[in-house]
Amino acid sequence: MTTAAIDTSETKEYFINMGPQHPSTHGVLRLLLTLEGEIIKNVEPHIGYVHRAIEKMCEKSSFQQIIHLTDRLDYLSCHMNNEAVCLAVEQGLEMEVPERVKVIRTIIDELNRISSHTLWWGVMGMDMGAITSFLYGFREHEMITEIFEETCGARLTMSYNVPGGLMFDIPPHFQKMVKDFLVHFKKKLPEYDTLLSNNIIFTERTKGIGYLSKENAIAFGVTGPSARASGFACDVRKLKPYSAYHKVNFKEIIFTEGDCFARYKARIDEMWESVSIIEQLIDNIPEGDYFVKTKAVIKLPVGEYYQSVESARGEFGVYIVSDNKKNPYRVKFRSPGFANLSALNKIAQGCKIADLVAIMSTLDLVIPDIDR
Amino acid sequence: MNEVTEYFSDIFKGVRSLLKGMSVTGYYFLHPKEIITQQYPENRDVLKVPERFRGELVMPHTADNQHRCTGCSACQLACPNGSIIIVSDRIETPEGKKKKIIDKHVYNLAMCTFCNLCVRACPTDAIVMSNDFEHATYDRGDLIKILNQPGSKVLEGIEE
Amino acid sequence: MKILSIYDFSNLTQAIHTWLSGKMSVVSTQVVEMILVGTVFLLFFAVLGLVLVYAERKVCAIIQVRLGPMRVGKWGTAQTLADFIKLVFKEPLITRDADKFLFNLAPFIIIIASFMAVAVMPFAKGLQAMDFDIGLFYISAVSSIGVTSILIAGWASNSKYSLIGAIRSGAQILSYELSAGLSLLTIVILTGSLQLSEIVESQADGWWIWKGHVSSIIAFVIFIIAGTAETNRGPFDMAEAESELTAGFHTEYSGIKFAFFFLAEYVNMFIIAAIGATVFFGGWMPLHVGNFEAFNNIMDYIPSVVWFFMKVSAIIFLMMWFRWTFPRLRIDQLLTLEWKYLLPLSLMNILLMAFLSLMGWHF
Ligand code: SF4
Ligand code: SF4
Repeated sequence: MTTAAIDTSETKEYFINMGPQHPSTHGVLRLLLTLEGEIIKNVEPHIGYVHRAIEKMCEKSSFQQIIHLTDRLDYLSCHMNNEAVCLAVEQGLEMEVPERVKVIRTIIDELNRISSHTLWWGVMGMDMGAITSFLYGFREHEMITEIFEETCGARLTMSYNVPGGLMFDIPPHFQKMVKDFLVHFKKKLPEYDTLLSNNIIFTERTKGIGYLSKENAIAFGVTGPSARASGFACDVRKLKPYSAYHKVNFKEIIFTEGDCFARYKARIDEMWESVSIIEQLIDNIPEGDYFVKTKAVIKLPVGEYYQSVESARGEFGVYIVSDNKKNPYRVKFRSPGFANLSALNKIAQGCKIADLVAIMSTLDLVIPDIDR
Repeated sequence: MNEVTEYFSDIFKGVRSLLKGMSVTGYYFLHPKEIITQQYPENRDVLKVPERFRGELVMPHTADNQHRCTGCSACQLACPNGSIIIVSDRIETPEGKKKKIIDKHVYNLAMCTFCNLCVRACPTDAIVMSNDFEHATYDRGDLIKILNQPGSKVLEGIEE
Repeated sequence: MKILSIYDFSNLTQAIHTWLSGKMSVVSTQVVEMILVGTVFLLFFAVLGLVLVYAERKVCAIIQVRLGPMRVGKWGTAQTLADFIKLVFKEPLITRDADKFLFNLAPFIIIIASFMAVAVMPFAKGLQAMDFDIGLFYISAVSSIGVTSILIAGWASNSKYSLIGAIRSGAQILSYELSAGLSLLTIVILTGSLQLSEIVESQADGWWIWKGHVSSIIAFVIFIIAGTAETNRGPFDMAEAESELTAGFHTEYSGIKFAFFFLAEYVNMFIIAAIGATVFFGGWMPLHVGNFEAFNNIMDYIPSVVWFFMKVSAIIFLMMWFRWTFPRLRIDQLLTLEWKYLLPLSLMNILLMAFLSLMGWHF
């Protein structure tokens, strides 16, 4: 028995290690909390538990091989990550991909966004104690996964993009599958609202909690739905349209409240927008090739290439420095999760432990994306 | 007075939202048809795996034990993580020329990330992805596979 | 009322008592009877735990569009038994700096507390271990002993997560004890007795939930909310709050000691449901509709034990339904709900009920 003398003077604050193994950090993230009772004084995220040196690995890989590494960053929006690399490489090769590729990429992007958001919704509910929502969210997520499986043969780490196009053409029944899913999804999405968004306990726990001002969102580089909920218009699909986004009509979801509920609502509304984008494109997939043949060994001209896309969590950027070899000289990923996490301390100060869980859920952190 | 009505309408609205939530879960409780989970090993016979599903790298052989792999090592180069190692042999053709042929196409399933790059890289379409996903074994060694069957030959005329 | 007597257990218990008294002295009769009752209740507990855990897993599974346990036994019926065996064989870990005595004591307190409450439960006519004249009071007193166990467990584990969970639970149970008690008192105004058997008898011509109109419905709603809170179940599972505090007060427990906490949760749920059924839904009384004789006679054929358990399971299902629908409250909101809404409401409700009963407006 340790009988260390207890300091009876002012010992109000104490520390708690939340993680690396903790149910609501969704991975191996460690938060060092300074608490006073249940009130949070300071949050210090310790990251790097799943650091795999992906950027360094990219320097040893050919440009085709990089793509399958980006699957393993933010695995929930793998297709957007793939696309960013492909767009950067295509930009370097000054190559124009067929319209068909662009449209299919956009459809898959939006499906991927829905699948990511449905999973996030389920996990958000689970973090708030409504475990049932987890299964409902996963149901829709799985349906999309099945479409992906039919399309490209993989469920999560898709690697569907290749420089110059797509790895496979879409299967013949692709349109039907997507339409069936949309019919189902439009029935289920209002259920999400009944179950959580309108629930008094849920609104009480999220409204006015975890305020992030627009200034802070910009200062910390927060992007994606989390920033748009604070009124910061940062949708890459609008600002720098890529693929087929210039062809579709959609609203950029912007709220000004900046609290947990706004971040929550931004994602729910974004799903509706994604549905509408897919509906606009699904019947208008142009005929044509599904890829342009590239050389077996791709060499980018000497220079720097940056391409950003709107992933489910925010702006995902790829920065490639090439020295005209078969491997890139340097690759840097701008991962949305890392920037979003940096704002956590600012948001969470003064909240309770239970609020911290809600805040983390609404920031929608994916740890491999942060650690890389 | 206003506060009092507000107090009661708050309660009323709250209870209503809760009851609505319960109606959703209640609906699912009364409709077991909505159940989506499957009983996996039991449904093996009816399980539909999509044609493109990338389960494992295989090398199809013809009936008389011939495959299409020339041992060109393109797949080994394309693989991002070194899951494929081509062990080649040199033989002397009847014409007296030295020629490289495949001895062993070693594939490490445990390291493979199923990225399909090797299949795309292969100039003779010698390897494909199969749908088999039941890879579990008791020995890690079992996951290192030699794809060309013993005694197999390269299909005639594939080199040209 | 002739048919009812078939299902009257007092003859049986009386017979056992006379038979035993004939064999031995008064004191040893008492002792033997106590042991008998104790064993029966222990067995009942074990079965109850297994059945309720299985039921919860199935109910939650179907709500969550999945199948639940399916492997062990047909439809997974032996799953909880298998889990129980696993828990028994697990190593009971104790953290190094834990207070070993208190750490080991806590699970027993919570089990004993719930064990004591079952003693006065009227399962059927004459099937009641003890029939106090202050039965209801006794139950609410005994069922709140459980919180000391949670506090001890949280403190003795010497873990911050456990401590936060325990303190939350303390605040929660102390507050909700109030509304639970007050809502029961509302009905006591009508029954005029705290004795559980009398409360049941007083409902022979109709359950209090009908007879007391609005007031008893409000009381029931308050009771079920407070009851759920007292059992530390979702949406009030502040003490566990697995997404915040990993497992709350029993974070450091493993093996059979964890099983005790787990079992206690379900037994407590049963107790709350049983109190609810007894006080609001007539306990083991069959459903009678006015002067509809034929219907009433058919209802009488259903044994009273069955009636009791049917009502209890209905209330238990309601509590499970809550748990698998709602998000968790935050600790301060939990207290707001109690002190700002439930408590004033139940006080008002008591007044209302007193007024109703004074005017004789209940049935
Ligand atoms: S699928 Fe990818 S990882 Fe697997 S062997 Fe082929 S190239 Fe290598
Ligand atoms: S499998 Fe194909 S790419 Fe690999 S060595 Fe054989 S022929 Fe070459």
